[in-house]
Amino acid sequence: MALKGKVSGIVLILIMALSVLAPLFYPHSPSRVDLNSLKEAPSFLTGHILGTDQEGRDILARLLAGGKVSIGVSFLAAFFAMTVGLSVGLVSGYFGGKVDVALMAAVDLILAFPSLLLAIGVSVVLPPGTLTVMLAIASVGWASFARLVRGHVLSVREAQFVDAARAIGASGPRILWAHILPQCIPLALTLMAVKLGGYIITEASLSFLGLGAQPPNATWGAMISQGIAYIYAAPWIAVLPGLAIALTAFCFNVLGEALADSGYDLKTGKF
Amino acid sequence: MRFAVYLIKKLIITIFLLLGITFITFSLTRALPGDPALALVGQRASPDVIAAIRKQIGADRPFIVQYLDYVKLLSRGQMGRSYSTRKEVLDEIKTKFPNTLKLALAAMLLSVPFGAGLGFWAAIKRGTRTDTLLSSISIVGISVPVFFSGILLMLLVSLRLKLLPPSGTGGLRFLLLPAVTLALPSAATLARVARTMVLDIMDMPFVKTARAKGIGEWRVNAVHILRNALIPIVTVMGLDFGSYLNGAVLTETIFGWDGIGRYAVDGIMRRDYPVVLGTILVGTAVFIIVNMVVDIAYHALDPRVRVFNKK
Repeated sequence: MALKGKVSGIVLILIMALSVLAPLFYPHSPSRVDLNSLKEAPSFLTGHILGTDQEGRDILARLLAGGKVSIGVSFLAAFFAMTVGLSVGLVSGYFGGKVDVALMAAVDLILAFPSLLLAIGVSVVLPPGTLTVMLAIASVGWASFARLVRGHVLSVREAQFVDAARAIGASGPRILWAHILPQCIPLALTLMAVKLGGYIITEASLSFLGLGAQPPNATWGAMISQGIAYIYAAPWIAVLPGLAIALTAFCFNVLGEALADSGYDLKTGKF
Repeated sequence: MRFAVYLIKKLIITIFLLLGITFITFSLTRALPGDPALALVGQRASPDVIAAIRKQIGADRPFIVQYLDYVKLLSRGQMGRSYSTRKEVLDEIKTKFPNTLKLALAAMLLSVPFGAGLGFWAAIKRGTRTDTLLSSISIVGISVPVFFSGILLMLLVSLRLKLLPPSGTGGLRFLLLPAVTLALPSAATLARVARTMVLDIMDMPFVKTARAKGIGEWRVNAVHILRNALIPIVTVMGLDFGSYLNGAVLTETIFGWDGIGRYAVDGIMRRDYPVVLGTILVGTAVFIIVNMVVDIAYHALDPRVRVFNKK
């Protein structure tokens, strides 16, 4: 893998480790309101390295807590999307025929529709919260996995080792499970890495609109929408979480691209 | 003649698709946990008032009757009244849609030349520092959410430099910031696509032939490579139109731009069903029409693709 991919991966691991371990080493709580230190600018002197927000809460603590939510939700959503997409793609590609036509029609419909509107629709039907955001992202995201995996299955099922398996009498489900699925997993994982950057942004957008994790929980998107009101007097409240989103999404995108370059070609599904 | 047949076929499919979408949206809105009557008058209103309002907006009748009523309403060219403002949804959309269209077109006008140009530039400088730099910039472009780049622009241009108004709807002065915001991620996406396309085409035999004939580098780039790269770029633009609708929802909310994206979000938040249904219907219809136009543009750009001459 290219150097930039490795560097991005290390930065991401660092961000995730810091977010998860924050309570162990960082003295400030993400939700403690302190009316004596409202909107303090970032400074090493006050002890609030990245300043405080409109309620005097420590921004670094909130960024770390928000990172846990944002990255966690995106990962779980990607995992859901991949699992569903992988299953649909396998079935669609292997069995073909009417099943294939019907499933791919659904995939096309979802891929064609503006994804954020669809995700907003899903998050409105369910009560707002992290689970809802996850389902909203996954319910749109599975389609691209299904499309990619189906294409790969179409080429793999003609391979000689599949013929060989069939010749020794392996059943359909066995061929799918033991011979075709393992061929598709690296491809699906690569697409997951490519997609994660976008999921981070979708999660942030939904939280920004108030559909994500509810207060007092911190999310990067919600921190920005609360900070807009103070954008002139205390710009760091909105700008810092924005930088956190951009940095994380950037690293995921670089990592995804590096993985895609070094491994599978996502268009043809070949090495 | 064939073109007419193609159009009619597409039109019929579109009508069915839109009916399907309305049905799905309709079921979704009725599955919402919030009660629109409660949202209108508040928790403390007496049960009689709530029942009266439910009756007035028709929320007390069976689902299928409500849906058929809605379709009947649509067939008369109406979309019903907003629960909260009592204004005709169609009239509201008629005044707001041109604003969204203006925003999307302005963004496209910025993103297409910039995106395609940067992608082209990166491709002909393949493997150099310029290529690396341009590719990094395009990854930054897709990594920054529009609601963040919008705020940064607003902070810098409106609040610090005081060059443009921070929010509102109106002429070019108001349009510029949201259009740039909306254009950034799509220019970045387009640059990445254009780079790949141009690289593919650069290796094709006809480009080698052109060079072998002694045609100047500029002419090869402009006539042989760029012209052929335009076709996939147009497709991506059409498919990307959905992302303009996505982006418009957020951009309009930040900049207070009076378009249908913000109208839709407001409607969803207020449980204002007629508004939700109307905006989604219009959004989908626009999306389908844009992709139809792309199909036709395809035909004009590449005579090998005969969308409507196929038997």
